[in-house]
Amino acid sequence: MQPVYVVSGGVSKFVKARPDKTFQGLVKEAYDYALADLGIDHSQFFELVDGSVASYFSDHFTRQLMAGIMAQDYLGLCPKPSHRVEGGGATGGICFQEGWKAVASGYMDICLAFGFEQMSHVETWKGNEFIALASDISFDYPVGGFYSGYYAMMVTRHMAEFGTTVEQLAHVSVKNHINAYHNPYAQKRQRLTIEDVRSSPMVAWPLTRNDICVMSDGAAAVIFCSEDGLAKLEKAAGHRLPRVKVAGIGRGTDAMRMSDRPHQSYEDFYKYNALPNEQNDDDRAYYKKLWKKGFRYPGVHSFRAGRMASREAYKNAGIVDPLHEIDFVELHDAYTSSEVQTYEDMGLCRYGEGGPMAASGKTFMPGIDYGLKLPEKPVCPVNPSGGLIACGHPVGATGLMQAVFALWQLQGTIKKHFGDPALQVPKAHRGAIHSHAGTGTYVTVSILEKEK
Amino acid sequence: MSKKVISKRIEDNLQGTVVFSVPFPTGDDLSSLKHMSPIVIKQPYSIDYNYSYGQDSPFFAALANGRFIVTREPQTGYTYATPRAHDMYTGRETEWVEIKPEGRIHAFTVCYFGSEAFLPETPFILIQVEFDECDTLFLGRLIGADTDDANIKWIGKKVKGRFLRNAKLKPTDIYFNLAE
Repeated sequence: MQPVYVVSGGVSKFVKARPDKTFQGLVKEAYDYALADLGIDHSQFFELVDGSVASYFSDHFTRQLMAGIMAQDYLGLCPKPSHRVEGGGATGGICFQEGWKAVASGYMDICLAFGFEQMSHVETWKGNEFIALASDISFDYPVGGFYSGYYAMMVTRHMAEFGTTVEQLAHVSVKNHINAYHNPYAQKRQRLTIEDVRSSPMVAWPLTRNDICVMSDGAAAVIFCSEDGLAKLEKAAGHRLPRVKVAGIGRGTDAMRMSDRPHQSYEDFYKYNALPNEQNDDDRAYYKKLWKKGFRYPGVHSFRAGRMASREAYKNAGIVDPLHEIDFVELHDAYTSSEVQTYEDMGLCRYGEGGPMAASGKTFMPGIDYGLKLPEKPVCPVNPSGGLIACGHPVGATGLMQAVFALWQLQGTIKKHFGDPALQVPKAHRGAIHSHAGTGTYVTVSILEKEK
Repeated sequence: MSKKVISKRIEDNLQGTVVFSVPFPTGDDLSSLKHMSPIVIKQPYSIDYNYSYGQDSPFFAALANGRFIVTREPQTGYTYATPRAHDMYTGRETEWVEIKPEGRIHAFTVCYFGSEAFLPETPFILIQVEFDECDTLFLGRLIGADTDDANIKWIGKKVKGRFLRNAKLKPTDIYFNLAE
């Protein structure tokens, strides 16, 4: 495999509805931004780019099959090779990894990955129905198909297993909404309090409206290249480009019906799922105690796919202590609870410690006033952009949006792109992006690194 | 012999989008079109699928007869509360086994919002049920509990399945009541 650089990206402003543009127009906005940031125009890029990968989640939302090729066509990239990828909520993250693969394999030297979703063409209730069709339509959907309900069941189990509290979950909402206050691309830029989160309308007990991401219209684009591709782009741009590499990727899966997920033994957990930083006497004793209390893995409280994606990505990137070796994480917080569960899957803390971690301060941004008394200093900011909860979740674009924000963090260009330096993670050298589908069915983790 | 008349125009009708007046520049200057508001129209979409439950069909036939069947790997005994015709560990075919639909709440939620299809039923309670005889869970509705009383102590409570009198051939042909 050859080294892969991420050299540029663009994001359309995520909003509830963009009736002024079709999906092609939204993709064009993100694409044009990425090219402008590189300092080249479309004609130059067309001569250099080898092909693309397109992502969007739902043919139901789009009501247009083959929308991927229509965006490729609109961008003026025909007759270059392209294909569409889809994997529920992880669609954008999968697209990122397919773009990486195209270059890493040597198939392409320069590859564009673009993704989009236009969810505003149906009412929210119908949108919930479309999303719920991404659950087993024989056994799950007919019982009351509603994704917030599915995740809420996982939360109640997490609460029962570990004593996680709704206030701990609300810390995630406060953090991400206040982070987004400084991100002009975000849909919900709000200074919330814990009380605001808990007093907003209950959606699926115990998750309130402010615990859950919103539907959005939006698009994002990322440009990948090899060493040779980088040389070509630099020649066209007439200047040196910042070096940000994809250091490793990982992907995991789990059963579509959460009811089918296994309840493994301690031995199997250590054999198949434990991370390198859990291979010590303290952690073994901790987990042994959990199992004695009746804990089984992954059950419905943990995302095994997220753990396996992390494990593979960390192995490929040479990470053994994720909390201290990753400078920030953009993760899939479609629900506040998902962020808490993902801390554990990604090994930022042990299983069962996600709740206390959410309220500890370790995952907050330094230098931002959250109006909270946080006992610890930031260690690894999570969702400095505001995440899905505050930025919005135009599904096919989301995983790529995370990549663009991570790229800007590593380039040190947050101020330039956001017009506000508040969200720049100091000395950001390595970041992780995490994309997640349907109660943890597909999960991707990709590691980006600034070249020293 | 009369001459066949073929119309050259489409007759107007009142179906679909009926437009009486759409603002548009009257002269040659079309530059203002870049600023016009988008046109949004309704596009209805409805379809009836002839959906097959395939290898899972016996489960629904059982429900319609007031019986609850699950699937078991014959050699390892691993048992799926939500049926699978093949075991995910050995790859072997499973067999049908009847059990009493009595178990405990493993996880739950109360849905106050939902998909359009289920909005009229809100608030409703979803539960994952664990059965002693099974290694996996089953998603169902809990009926008869006060949604305002939702609390984490519901987890672990005993539940008992009841069957719809007139089966709809859906997994909701069985639902659950608290048994204590």
